[in-house]
This record gives sequence, C-alpha cells and structure tokens, in this order.
Amino acid sequence: MSAVISENRAFFNQLRKYYGVYTGGFVGFVILLAIAEQMGLSRQWIGYWFLFATIALYAIIGVMSRTVDAAEYYVAGRRVPAFFNGMATGADWMSAASFIGMAGTLYFSGYDGLSFVMGWTGGYVLVALFLAPYLRKFGQFTIPDFLGARYGGNIVRSIGIFAAILCSFTYVVAQIYGVGIITSKFTGLEFGVGVFVGLAGILVCSFLGGMRAVTWTQVAQYIILIIAYLTPVVWLGVKHTGIPIPQIAYGYTLQKVGDLEKKITADPKEVEARGLAKAAAAEASAALKDPAKAAAERRASLEQRLAKAKADNAPDYVQKSIQQALANTPTNPAKAQEYWSARRNLGANANPPRKHAEPFPGATEQARDTARLNFLGIVFCMMFGTAALPHILMRYYTTPSVRQARTSVFWSLFFIFLLYFTAPCLAVLAKYDVYSNLVGSKFSELPAWAAAWRLVDPALLTITDLNFDGIVQLAEIAIGGDIIVLATPEIAGLPYVVSGLVAAGGLAAALSTADGLLLTIANALGHDLYYKMIAPNAPTARRVMVSKVLLLVVALVAAWVTSYKPGNILFLVGAAFSLAASAFFPALVLGVFWKRANKWGAIIGMAAGLGVCMYYMSVTYPFFRDILGVTAPIASYQWFGMNAISAGVFGVPVGLLTIWIVSLLTPAPDAEVQALVDHVRYPVLEGDIETRGT
Amino acid sequence: MQLSDKHREYWHKNLVITAILMVVWFIATFVEGWFARDLNSITFFGFPLGFYMSAQGSLAIYVVIIFIYARYMNALDKVYGVHEGDDQ
Repeated sequence: MSAVISENRAFFNQLRKYYGVYTGGFVGFVILLAIAEQMGLSRQWIGYWFLFATIALYAIIGVMSRTVDAAEYYVAGRRVPAFFNGMATGADWMSAASFIGMAGTLYFSGYDGLSFVMGWTGGYVLVALFLAPYLRKFGQFTIPDFLGARYGGNIVRSIGIFAAILCSFTYVVAQIYGVGIITSKFTGLEFGVGVFVGLAGILVCSFLGGMRAVTWTQVAQYIILIIAYLTPVVWLGVKHTGIPIPQIAYGYTLQKVGDLEKKITADPKEVEARGLAKAAAAEASAALKDPAKAAAERRASLEQRLAKAKADNAPDYVQKSIQQALANTPTNPAKAQEYWSARRNLGANANPPRKHAEPFPGATEQARDTARLNFLGIVFCMMFGTAALPHILMRYYTTPSVRQARTSVFWSLFFIFLLYFTAPCLAVLAKYDVYSNLVGSKFSELPAWAAAWRLVDPALLTITDLNFDGIVQLAEIAIGGDIIVLATPEIAGLPYVVSGLVAAGGLAAALSTADGLLLTIANALGHDLYYKMIAPNAPTARRVMVSKVLLLVVALVAAWVTSYKPGNILFLVGAAFSLAASAFFPALVLGVFWKRANKWGAIIGMAAGLGVCMYYMSVTYPFFRDILGVTAPIASYQWFGMNAISAGVFGVPVGLLTIWIVSLLTPAPDAEVQALVDHVRYPVLEGDIETRGT
Repeated sequence: MQLSDKHREYWHKNLVITAILMVVWFIATFVEGWFARDLNSITFFGFPLGFYMSAQGSLAIYVVIIFIYARYMNALDKVYGVHEGDDQ
C-alpha cells in the first residue's frame, strides 16, 4: 500500500513540475509574440503562430501519451490526481459556446441568461453527491457499463449506447463548427478548410492515446483557456472599476449601466431611431419578395434625398451619411437578398434596451410568471443534464480512488467557476463600454475597436445611421453575441497579441470538448457495442484498435455533417442536456440509492423519460415541427408554457416515476445485484466483490 | 458479504449529509430564482441582490457545498474504517 501511495505522490509532484514549466513557457511565448508585434509582426502571422504552436503542442502531448493498453486507453490508467482531473474536466466541460458565446448571451438577455450560468455550475453538486464517488468505486470504462452491470442484460446497455450517442453527437458537431469559425476568422482560411485543420487538431490528441492522451492535453488546454479568458477581463475591470477583481467590483458599473438604460430609453434621438429601425425592418420584410427591385427603389429614393440635402445646404455629416447609405445599398441584384435579410434584423432594435439586472421582464403578470418558470426550467435541465452527460461522468473513472473522485469534483467545479463567475461581469463591463463610448460617438470618429470589427464581419457588428444625424444611437447598432469575448482585448485597449491569445483559448475550449465527446461516442461503439455485445472474446489489442478506427470514422462523419453548417446548432446543444437528463439521470441515481430498482424498471423508465422528452421537443420546436409536418400552434402543445429546450423538466420526473412503479410491479433484483449496490456504496468493504474493468 | 450495523450507520450518515446539502442547493437555486425579483430590491456594493446571487453568489455556494461534502465523507470513511489508505 505505502509503495502505491509514494508512487502516486511522486507522480503528482512530477505533473506539477511539468505543468508549471509548461505554464511558464506559454506565458513566455505570449510575451515573445508581444515583443515581435511591437517590432512589426503582422496580425495574420500572430494568428498563425497561436494556431499552429498550440496545435503542435497538443500533438506532442498526444503522441507522447500513445498506448495500446485498455485501462490506459479508456481511463488513463486510473491514476489522474484529483487536482489535474479537475482541470481536465474543466476543459472537457467548457466548450466553444461557454468560452465565446456565454458572455454574449448574458449581454443580450441580462438576468435571464444567468439560467445557463447557474445550471452549468450547480449540476456539479449533483455529480458530487449522487454519482462521481459511486461510479469511481464501480470502476469500469463507460456509463453504459454501469447500467449494464447494475440492471443486467443488453437492452439497458443498448438504450444507454443510443442515448450516449444521441446527445454527444449533436454536441460534437457544435464544437467542430466552433473550431471551423475560430480557425477561419483568425487565419483567413476558408471555413471548410478550418474545419479540417481543426479536425486534425482534435485527432492528434485522442487517436493514439485515447483517454490518457485526452486527459493530459485537456490539462494543457485548460491552462491556456483560463489565461486567455481572464487576462482581458481583468484588464477591462481595472479600466472601469480600478480593482483587479472585477467579479466583485462591477456592482457600480452595473448601476451606471442602469442609469444609461434609462437615459437611452428616454432620449428623443433614440426614440426616433427606434421608430426608424422598426420601419426599416418592415420595409425589408416587404422588400424580400422582390429584393432587386426594392433595392433599386431604395437607391432612387436615397439619391433624391441626397440631391435635396445638397440643395438645402444640409450639414456635411448628413450628406456623408446618405452617401454611405447609398454605397451600402447593392446595385448587384444577387447581393440584394442578403442586404434585405440583414436589414430585417434591425427589427430587434425597435424596443428600448432591456434592463440588465431585472429578472423575468414582461408586460403582464402572467408573462412574467411564464418567464420565471422557463428560467427555472432551463436551470433544472442544465443541472440534471450536467449530471448525466457521459463525457463528463466518464472523467471520474480516471482518479486513483473514491476519495480522490470526491475531491476531484470540487476541483472541477472550482476551475469551471473561475470562468463562469467572470462571464456575467464581462457582459456588464462590455455593455457599459458600448452604452457610454460607442453610443453617442460620431460616425467619423468611432472607437477603434468598433471601426475595426465592423469591417471584419457585418454579422458581428453593423452600425447604420438610420436618422442621418452622423451620431451613433443604440438602436442603430446590430451586434453579434460572439463579439463580446472576441473584441474585449481591443475594447480594453490591449495589443493584438491578446486577441490572438483569446482565439487560442477559444480553440482550446472547442478542441478539448470535442475530444471528450468523440471519445465517448467511439467508446460507446467500440467498447460497449463491439466488445461487450458482439465479440466478448476479442483480445485487448484488437478492442483498442477497433475503438481507434471508430474514433476516426466518427470524427470524419461529424466533420462532414459540420461542413453543411447546420443551423439551429445552439438549440441542439441545449437539447442534448434535456435528452441526457431524461435518459440517464433517473436510472443512474436510483441504481445506486435504491436497491429495489430492477431491470424492467430501468428499461421502461429510460425509454419513457427519453420518449417524453423527444415527443415534447418534436411538437414544440420549429425545426422538428417542420420535419414532421406538425401544423397546430405551438401553444396548443405546450405544458405550463414551457419552451422546447426545457423538455427535461418532464422527462426526468417521468423517468423516475416509471422506474419506481415498474420496479415495484416486477420481481426484486437478485442477490448479486444487491451485492453490487453495496459494493459501490462503500469505498472499501471486507470480502468485497471486484468490478474493475481490465 | 454481510453488512455490519456500523456499515449501515455509515450509509445513513451519508444520506443525511446528502439530504442537508441538497436542501442548501435547492434554496440557493430554486428558492433564490423564484424570489429573484423581490431580492433585487436589496442592494449591496451596487448590486441588486437577486442578480448578484444568480451571477456569482449561488455559484460560490455550489463550490462550498462540494468542498464540504468531499471533506466530510473523506473523514467519515476513516471513522468507519472504509477508507482506501492515505493516498494524498
């Protein structure tokens, strides 16, 4: 025993040294690039350096961690210390959506966006209290493994495989999509090429070494992503609050944002611009019937207006604004469609700004109550989904002991918390900058970051002078959520090298999550389906080989799906949480906490939970309604006004209840299963059975 | 294998701490969320309380809950002789 202990401790110290040197090296690399930037290194080259240096780094770790041993390939040899497993889980967990999208969501939806922040952290309480230590004691390789052993038979395992693939695949497509966007944005490569460069980055981490390689690259990726996220926010925080811990100090900034909201709501110029935004959107909707003709008409009317302005000797900025509007209206009929679609989005600016800190705004008491129910519904689904997503639960198989599994959940949430409690603060700081500096500035003298980003991508930032007064009104700004994180370094006045760092962080977030998910899918097929159900006598080397080949196939299929740029991707990610919660959570938790839960309870309960969840989504979400040809209004299908994303609110209780009723109606599980339950409940039992996978 | 009374007591204590922490979790999440509008009338350091709890406060409570659970259970393992040795 003591030999194992000192070995574990030595391993921990060794890791600490390696990653300490690594972190120092990375910071040194960023400083070197910063110096090179001052000496004239171009932005594109900074982008290339960050992209290729980090991917090369992950590749080196991936190659060094290659293995053909099953325990190493599936669970990293079960010797990942709690602290490092926490970092790896953090990277596994935080996706491109968390890193780039979260702050943007909070910018737009204010308080109501916090449901995701709460759900994606509070779920770890459920992981810690109900799952991680017990799964670790059980100690096999996958989540269907546990379901198969606890409930017996291949039916439960099959449902587990189906659900694991269903929720992981939609999720992995979203990650590869994120990788493609980041690579193409920061290097100028095409989206399709970016996807495949990113895919190479994903595969070098996981292909040769499975979980072992994924674990050690994820630790490296966490370090990069957290440095990249916190650096610009702390800087921006110092700029606005004077204190380097903006997460505590942004209260007064929030108050100032509130004051600005009131001012903007009442300002007559803003009222005028909001009216014009509404009119422009209505005009655009009508124009989309015949975009080219409408564009020609608009050009004609603008030319008249310009002639009149010249005749009236209108001020210079009015003439400039009209000229600009003319230049923006396409003469090419092919571009007209795009022009009007973009202009229709101005409709979002027809309303006064929402109050950032106000929960559940609504016109009537009933609307507010529905908003509150939906808020809590999302919190519920994100939490229970977190505690049921196989790629997260799998990580707790990799610690050396039950004790470390418990501690590891603490570290996981701590490392995740660092990013999630910063995002709400970033949203407020960025909003303050937009409301106080961008709004009210002259079109001829926009803040530098705004001037730069509106040229990069109109989807991220478009500013249109609707009332031709040469001054920016809030209602004239159309902003894409991703810009909040991407432009923060520039808003804070940091050099471009920090923007490159943020891109590297976003890439690390997307790659690490994609790796964990791909591994989950490949293992569900290679381990659960092939080895456990088709070829139980396959030698170890062949099992690992099959898993590796499947990993490659799944990765290519996912990249192929991604290259079609499927819309609705964000909904699908949210949907994955509801699906996972409904399918897995009841069966896993009752499997540990209720000995009487049996095979038929689990089969029918999992199917019922998943079924209710899928039914609710297919009748209330437009994407599925279109596919299935559902035409009756959404409201007629909704229960308690709940939105499709929160379908798990119904799936989870139905699953729990069904397992309970069906189990009581059918015979109790045998003594062997009862012994298995005792086995997972106690970290050590005398005369214990052995369930560890080999 | 037969479970002793001591084992049952260990499991019972585990259930008790789990239940207590779940109550805290429930209050920090759903009770807080339900009353967010009312909590917002209280202000400290410029923050409306409801907003601050959902953005930062509840998150910190979750971290503390898991910390307490890990500490308590790791100690309980030792008291009831079901621990796995002192690996760090």
